[in-house]
Amino acid sequence: MSAETNTGTEHYIAVQQADFDVAQEYAALRNNNRCDGAVVFFTGLVREMNQGSAVSGLTLEHYPGMTEKALQQIVGDACARWPINRVRLIHRVGTLEISDQIVFVGVSSSHREAAFDACYYIMDYLKNRAPFWKKEVTGQGERWVEALDKDKQALNKWQTCDD
Amino acid sequence: MNILFFAALREQLGCAQCDIALPLPASLATVRAALIQHFPQQADLLTQGRALAAINQNLINDENAVINSGDEVAFFPPVTGG
Repeated sequence: MSAETNTGTEHYIAVQQADFDVAQEYAALRNNNRCDGAVVFFTGLVREMNQGSAVSGLTLEHYPGMTEKALQQIVGDACARWPINRVRLIHRVGTLEISDQIVFVGVSSSHREAAFDACYYIMDYLKNRAPFWKKEVTGQGERWVEALDKDKQALNKWQTCDD
Repeated sequence: MNILFFAALREQLGCAQCDIALPLPASLATVRAALIQHFPQQADLLTQGRALAAINQNLINDENAVINSGDEVAFFPPVTGG
């Protein structure tokens, strides 16, 4: 399962089961790119402990169609807000193990401030608006991960430091 | 009208989608109330805040939003990706 979308000439958004290669993603942000002086990227990994229990793996479900649309919207909003040039956003779905990569967000820009902020913004909005759901396997069985207030509150910083 | 469910809500309701007889257009609040009537045992899971709603694959926060015939409507728990 793979869905790849171009939101412009320079952006890449994918929802896929397959793993990704950070070196390849970094190269895609950097290659033939003479105007940018900054690349910032974030990777999210499957953690062993979550919400008080030992986790042995997880399954990621999504809403095909809406997920890609939501990610395009978030990347589009970030591009409207900061002078960023390239964005690469990959989110995996399906069955994952401890330490597996879940998500990659990479942003290039002329200067670091915009790249840092846009990368952070994209992750904060992805956590709240993109329809993905994690189901963890623990010693007590499977459980759906609960959404956290701190993730919701993370959006506040983008709503107040703006004007 | 057909309504899609995802993740924990899909499992708790025991179906990935259901068909509800309702005259359209109708507000999101009306559709939510009809859904609660259809699944009285799981009413608390379907309230605003517990179950998010999307119309045509857009997240909708306004319970007065209008749903027309042919719209794709989905309900699901708060998201937990990333």
